[in-house]
Amino acid sequence: MPDYTSSEMMTVAASRALRPTDVCFVGIGQPSAACNLARLTHAPEITLIYESGTIATKPNVLPLSIGDGELCETALTTVSVPEMFRYWLQGGRITVGFLGGAQIDKYANLNTTVVGPYDKPKVRLPGGGGAPEIATSCGEIFIIMAQGKRGFVDKLDFVTSLGHGSGGDERERLGVRTKGPTKLITDLCIFEPDPETREMTVTSIHPGVSRDQIDDNTGWKVAYAAKVAETPPPTAIELEALRALYARTKKAHGDQA
Amino acid sequence: MSELMSLSDAVAATVRDGDTVAMEGFTHLIPMAAGHEVIRQRRKDLTLIRMTPDIIYDQLVGMGCASKLVFSWAGNPGVGSLHRLRDAIENAWPNPVTYLEHSHAAMANAYEAGAAWLPCAIFRGYIGADLPKVNPTIKHIDCPFTGEKLAAIPSIRPDVAVIHAQKADRAGNVFLEGIVGVQKQVVLAAKRALVTVEEVVEDFGPRSLNATILPSWTVTAIAHVPGGAHPSYAQGYYTRDNAYYKAWDAIARDRDGFLSWMKTNVLDSGPQAFETQRQRLAAGAGR
Repeated sequence: MPDYTSSEMMTVAASRALRPTDVCFVGIGQPSAACNLARLTHAPEITLIYESGTIATKPNVLPLSIGDGELCETALTTVSVPEMFRYWLQGGRITVGFLGGAQIDKYANLNTTVVGPYDKPKVRLPGGGGAPEIATSCGEIFIIMAQGKRGFVDKLDFVTSLGHGSGGDERERLGVRTKGPTKLITDLCIFEPDPETREMTVTSIHPGVSRDQIDDNTGWKVAYAAKVAETPPPTAIELEALRALYARTKKAHGDQA
Repeated sequence: MSELMSLSDAVAATVRDGDTVAMEGFTHLIPMAAGHEVIRQRRKDLTLIRMTPDIIYDQLVGMGCASKLVFSWAGNPGVGSLHRLRDAIENAWPNPVTYLEHSHAAMANAYEAGAAWLPCAIFRGYIGADLPKVNPTIKHIDCPFTGEKLAAIPSIRPDVAVIHAQKADRAGNVFLEGIVGVQKQVVLAAKRALVTVEEVVEDFGPRSLNATILPSWTVTAIAHVPGGAHPSYAQGYYTRDNAYYKAWDAIARDRDGFLSWMKTNVLDSGPQAFETQRQRLAAGAGR
């Protein structure tokens, strides 16, 4: 048995995708953990931005909400929400946007709005928030999502944010000049878009995971790259930093969970 | 000129049945105490606008104050669903509630357009997304100079803006800092504005030359309600009550449990309850 969980592997793999020079638009939850882990390990210079307006924030604990006081207190500066979305996001100042979702399809379009018909929802989800414009305005998009048949579906009930649309050059045809989803990091593997079809294709499999496991947890027929790597397991340094971050967070939020 | 009054008088003076009301505060400075007073005064048929409805609208919707919602992200941050809001949308309890859904960028642009007294907001948005298919107020225009297709939505011009801020001075000016969200925009976009504050001071004293200040003549009513943003927070005064957000999940899940909680903690209570919460959480903010 490895000395780490599949969820830890996912967060570590996501953090490695970030570069020290990135300016990253961070979402709450797994993306926030991955981005702060990157900052605490290999990318101390990374600029983290939360949609509440906090720029270059360095939280000591993970925020529960997108606008915790911790984010503002440790930020270089805090701007208004219209300024955040107009000047910084729409203005093209963000290199990477980090997103998650309830449902994803093979072109990395995401649904966080509704399961079932929009007018008669089976499950009403929170909605898009910043995602529709994050998906098209950031230089590229990383997606982090635990893999399973309920979330990895053949057809989305609702397209909250654009990935590669129906594949090929659809983003370009819609007038979008950014790359869109370039990495999808799950608890089993890493997908990257095929250069031609833009279908998300497995390029790296986490240690101890089989192709059958990936296929069984995906609602479409999974494509594998010609050369598939094995994801290096989390290092002691990465695990220690991540666990300490979670421990500090739990203490700060008075969490019994 | 703004007028300093009690919370109940301030709500009575600004919020009427059938109004379009925007209670703003982006996770910080959420005007919770004002929301409770609107519930106690049994306002009806409100159109409630807010980027992130949060617990404040879960309570207003669950108590039957709203007939329409406009929002861009409806959840309990870091916790899960807003159960009262979902029950209203999915099961029409306690009354049917219609809604218009946007993205954050759209609403932030619409508030700014409202403050600028423009009829609409124009931005690069909703590309390849399904919301324009289900929200008829999302349209597109071609830029007259470049031909680029851009999203357009109506500006937000509410009857009433409701916000919470750190300070008011004796002259009725309002000071806020930290995560300032869309509060300045919503006040300038609205016909009337109600502001609750942590403290009333003689003078704001030393401050940044570019501090966010709403001059007295942009505000209708000010009420002094220490702790009025609880369970959200007021930077420099008290921290966010994360445990309360988590506990809300169980309270709001069940209709009867919710109603009995609201009776004890809202209908039979008053603004002084917020002061108690403030004292409990002030230590975390070093006060």
